[in-house]
Amino acid sequence: MRDVSIIGVGQTKVGEHWDRGLADLAVEATLAGLDDAGLDNADILYVGNMLGGVLSGQEHLGALIADLAGLRGMPALRVEAADASGGVALHQAYQAVAGGMVDTALVVGVEKMTDRLPQATEEGLMLAGLGDYEAAQGVTYVSQTAMLMQRYLHEHSLEVGDFAQFPVNAHRNAAANPFAMYRNQISEKAYRQAKMIASPINLLDGAPWADGAAAVVLVPTEQAQAMGRQGIRILASTLVTDALSLTERDDPLALAAARASAQRAYQQAGLTPGDIHLAELHDAFSILAALTLEACGFAARGQGVKLGQAGDIARAGRIPIATLGGFKARGNPVGASGVYQAVEIVQQLRGAAGQSQIPAARVGLAQNLGGNGATAVTHIFMN
Amino acid sequence: MPMELARNWRLRRQRLSLEGAQCAACGHLVFPTRPVCPKCRSRQLQPYRFSGRGEVYSFSTVYEPPAGFEGYAPYTVAQVRLAEGPLVTAQLTDVDADSVYIGMKVEMVTRKLFEDGENGLLVYGYKFRPPVMAPTNGHVSADVLAHTEPQHEAQAPVLVAN
Ligand SMILES: [Zn+2]
Repeated sequence: MRDVSIIGVGQTKVGEHWDRGLADLAVEATLAGLDDAGLDNADILYVGNMLGGVLSGQEHLGALIADLAGLRGMPALRVEAADASGGVALHQAYQAVAGGMVDTALVVGVEKMTDRLPQATEEGLMLAGLGDYEAAQGVTYVSQTAMLMQRYLHEHSLEVGDFAQFPVNAHRNAAANPFAMYRNQISEKAYRQAKMIASPINLLDGAPWADGAAAVVLVPTEQAQAMGRQGIRILASTLVTDALSLTERDDPLALAAARASAQRAYQQAGLTPGDIHLAELHDAFSILAALTLEACGFAARGQGVKLGQAGDIARAGRIPIATLGGFKARGNPVGASGVYQAVEIVQQLRGAAGQSQIPAARVGLAQNLGGNGATAVTHIFMN
Repeated sequence: MPMELARNWRLRRQRLSLEGAQCAACGHLVFPTRPVCPKCRSRQLQPYRFSGRGEVYSFSTVYEPPAGFEGYAPYTVAQVRLAEGPLVTAQLTDVDADSVYIGMKVEMVTRKLFEDGENGLLVYGYKFRPPVMAPTNGHVSADVLAHTEPQHEAQAPVLVAN
């Protein structure tokens, strides 16, 4: 296996792009990534996307985006793994470069979610679950995760307000990120008073659905050095799956696949949770921030919430998360989010995160989940 | 909820009789059925009908419903731990959202799940409610007709197959 580095990143602003379509966003990020890498071509393009067919009426994104980006003829394909599509696309690219199959791999994650009414988007997101047994019962994407939170509150004798620091921290960190969707600040009081969407999850627990695209360029580390580029090394890339339905897992709160993919990543990198300087977790909901802190070994079971309350997740804390806003405040263009995580960690490890910079950050972890952890991808990066 | 005729027909036993499967090799129970036992990887799974009794493992009240469920909101969905072991995701019915709690005893009942507008179908299946009488075997009963809005019965065929 060859050592692999990221030498280019690109991203569009996350938000409601009424004037732009799916492919348009993907091309902007792709070209920005190539420009940042100082390249005008690559050996292969992986497109991470979940809902192009359902929400934009457009499949076959590999060929489409390669062609529109001026890369006609390039091997290109779409990778779909629900909201982990972006992370899995990156994993595929890593394997192709590490395994020596290609020298330059381009990854773009893209999602276009605001063309349709929320009910249609909701229906699309439920495709990540077992439709005949979940969507058919009126279970929503939000209520699925809400049941995890309800159970967590019960098992650990907590209340909703205990989760306030997750969205508060995310919004604070997004303030200086020009690509973030929400740069406004929210207070703990506002969180406690927010309207319920699917109890116990309220309006400020959930990341906003959004449009956006992000891209990264991977090459062998040796090639990055030969080019004289400061690459960010990928020390680990792991993919683990679980049962689609929470009810088919032995212990829904354990997020077994997330845990296993983190453990394997630490093993691959020869590191422990204590070596990680910042983490971009799948904080699509506050409860998922708490559960993934636990699954990644930053907190014992039931203690994830305490890391928020103690300030450990803040910029100056022990394990800063959502350092440029996370899913909650940067926004969640689902199939692109896993690639946004990688872009943001590269920004941090390059020391290019501006006012959001984590001082002396050298090692970052990104974890992207599909369908509440039915797919889990973990990457560890180092400068 | 786009649901096709054949698909609804295929699911009738699971929906109406809470039929899952038992592994012939290790005895493990699953709902819904699946081709390979997740515990021992045996391919010998046999139909198994659950009693329909259980308790609430977790729950959530939905205030922003998906298309097709607007008329029901707010409604409560739950993960129910069946007496035999497996968890099942289902809507709760005949209960106040405020009175639901983890550990609450519930029983299966057959109700309309949704209307498949395009095909003019009313799709029936299991929901759960607090037990109102002696435990039943959870099978389709007169409940189906007792809780159907009359105007719907007149308009569309009811997909109930025994
Ligand atoms: Zn078995």
